[in-house]
Amino acid sequence: MSNTIARRGENTASEAPAPKPTRAVRAPIYRPSDFLWSRDVERCALCKRCVQQCGFDAIRWENGPVADPAKCVGCHRCEAFCPQKAITIAPNPQFLRPHPLWTEAHRKNLWIQAETGGVLLTSMGNDLPYPILWDHLLLDACQVTNPSIDPLREPMELRTYLGRKPDRIQIEMTDDGPELAEDIAPSLMLEVPIVFAAMSYGSISLNAQKAIAMAAQELGTFWNTGEGGLHEDLKPYAHRAIVQCASGRFGVTADYLNAGAAIEIKIGQGAKPGIGGHLPGEKVSAQVSETRMIPTGSDALSPAPQHDIYSIEDLRQLIFALKEASNYEKPVSVKIAAVHNVAAIASGIVRAGADIVYLDGFRGGTGAAPTIIRDHLGIPVEIAIAVVDEQLRQEGIRNRASLIAAGGIRSSADAAKAIALGADAVALGTGALLALGCTLCQRCYTGRCSWGITTQDPALTRRLDPYLGSRRVANLVRAWAAELEEILGAMGVNAIESLRGSRERLRAVGLDSTTMEILGVKPAGAGA
Amino acid sequence: MRIDARNLDYRELNDRIRQAVAAGEKSFALLNVNGQRYIGDGISGDIQIAIHGVPGNDLGAFMDGPTIRVRGNAQDAVANTMNAGRIVVAGHAGDVLAYGMRGGELFVRGRVGYRVGIHMKAYRGKRPVVVAGGTAGDFLAEYMAGGLLIVLGLDRRPGEPLVGDWCATGMHGGALYVRGEIEPWRVASEFASVRRAVDADKQEILPHIEAFCEPFSLDADQLIRDDYLRIAPISPRPYGAKYAA
Repeated sequence: MSNTIARRGENTASEAPAPKPTRAVRAPIYRPSDFLWSRDVERCALCKRCVQQCGFDAIRWENGPVADPAKCVGCHRCEAFCPQKAITIAPNPQFLRPHPLWTEAHRKNLWIQAETGGVLLTSMGNDLPYPILWDHLLLDACQVTNPSIDPLREPMELRTYLGRKPDRIQIEMTDDGPELAEDIAPSLMLEVPIVFAAMSYGSISLNAQKAIAMAAQELGTFWNTGEGGLHEDLKPYAHRAIVQCASGRFGVTADYLNAGAAIEIKIGQGAKPGIGGHLPGEKVSAQVSETRMIPTGSDALSPAPQHDIYSIEDLRQLIFALKEASNYEKPVSVKIAAVHNVAAIASGIVRAGADIVYLDGFRGGTGAAPTIIRDHLGIPVEIAIAVVDEQLRQEGIRNRASLIAAGGIRSSADAAKAIALGADAVALGTGALLALGCTLCQRCYTGRCSWGITTQDPALTRRLDPYLGSRRVANLVRAWAAELEEILGAMGVNAIESLRGSRERLRAVGLDSTTMEILGVKPAGAGA
Repeated sequence: MRIDARNLDYRELNDRIRQAVAAGEKSFALLNVNGQRYIGDGISGDIQIAIHGVPGNDLGAFMDGPTIRVRGNAQDAVANTMNAGRIVVAGHAGDVLAYGMRGGELFVRGRVGYRVGIHMKAYRGKRPVVVAGGTAGDFLAEYMAGGLLIVLGLDRRPGEPLVGDWCATGMHGGALYVRGEIEPWRVASEFASVRRAVDADKQEILPHIEAFCEPFSLDADQLIRDDYLRIAPISPRPYGAKYAA
């Protein structure tokens, strides 16, 4: 063996040339499938519907349906559409020997990376068992001394205004009676304290976006274009849209900015804080290309930061560029991922002139994100709401902006707790998709959604009827609104405004004292 | 319409312009402009704006059609997400010019700063064109997705690089032309390739160089005879192989 030290890139005579880096090694590694697909042969009518329904080509026809379990994502589309109810999809019992450190998920991911050398992608929200703080918070109720209110016969107020509120109200007397002395800044009026989260055309299908837009119109709330522009077919719903301006500036024109009810600057997303978006070229269909105003087949890259925003001052510059472009007629929202320093960042955003701050917790959904980012970056939205609300109150600027909280709002109870912690409204993304039939298989990034929700393949998107979809989404929100009224009544208040930021009406179970201090919530058992 | 911008807040200045545009005014001369931001922001139509002085950041942001002529220098973020129109700057211009620009033209006679042409994009008949008469700073054509960027390098000081470092990082569309030579290491070779411009390339850029030269009384025929490099993306999908599922 020679002692010569080779300079980088220079082989000594005795040294074998370094192997070239290779990709896509198909080595025989045992990787059990996640699911087993089986059919009851006696019941199966050999109708081939399962073959047609699978968006992932997991079922082929060989004198009968034959499944490739490795391709099955467990979306249950075939099962749902089997007229004979002959299909069963079950977790694969061929599980690996359990290991508490090297979980099955770790091993399977590692094997894929050993094969491909790639960054793993996933979709929807974080699926690791981090503590869920909603499930450690309980709401107060009235008994004897503070009577509850019966929502069945008393009016309940869920109406919510999002936007800047004045520092003080000045009233002047006119001949027509008292009037506000100053104009109120533009704001959004919501009939329910729930908006729909930003989901772009491209990440979801046009039918899915249309279903949500129609539901927003019917409910008297707002949907959010995401950063994919505004499709021609959705212009009738534009007055109910929050239009997004993100780092890729897809489809952003002065007309677009003026078409919506509000404008949102997207800085970050809970599922992927600090990283950009990336719609792969194969999802950029002719229609998506038209809406984003980019060529077909080209990657739609949203750079990680907006490269014109490196400071609060830069953010202010864009906020006011948007306000100038919309003649100061629209509230401007700034969406950020909940991260460690979120309170100080939110304070800066409010001081930069934002009318709404949208906080997206680490459980928020996504159409596509690197798994490692989705699963390990950010903080819970519960914490973010509490610290941001507290910081803005301490600084005396809480009135200058409204807070929207998102990232894992699963029920009206989560919404009520978010509002009690200090949010003005919550945003619903995953919940709305579930209402459209999503089964949370987490394969949106493939663009093959069998339910027609997160795909651009016309054969798949036509499966989702936007009219029927909008009924389901509107039903969901109406049900939550009714539940919120029940909750308010039980708490003895008749307006959501009375619950807002009222942490005294929350108690914690099973939380440590530091977390309770940060949340500003007392332990269960502590009286007023 | 003449507006004396001395001691006018940007909001008041722009409000006056917007109101006059709504009333049908087509031509503006803005005097004593001194750093007012957002001039021409979001306005559309066949409108001429002559600016005497130095306009502030975001000149012509989201603009859709008007022509702006700046007698002095311009600051940062000129032509931010501009859709159509023309901006001509007689002096130098700052950083982050033409961010997300989708159409129209930006001509800067002098030098341009960092991060010029980020995410410029072409779409159908729209093809944004940026011509810098002088040199350009770092991160030129970063994430560029479409359109045409031309750096002429006029009035170079000895030793002054034509373009800065990390040129064409993330580039996935459009083309960048530079007049003269640049060191290969300045260009992100994993995204973009560099080659000498041939006659067909020069035909592509000639009309834009002519349009650039016209307001500055420069000789386009002379300039086009020089050697150019053409820098273009290797792939419209630069990150296609990075991910696995």
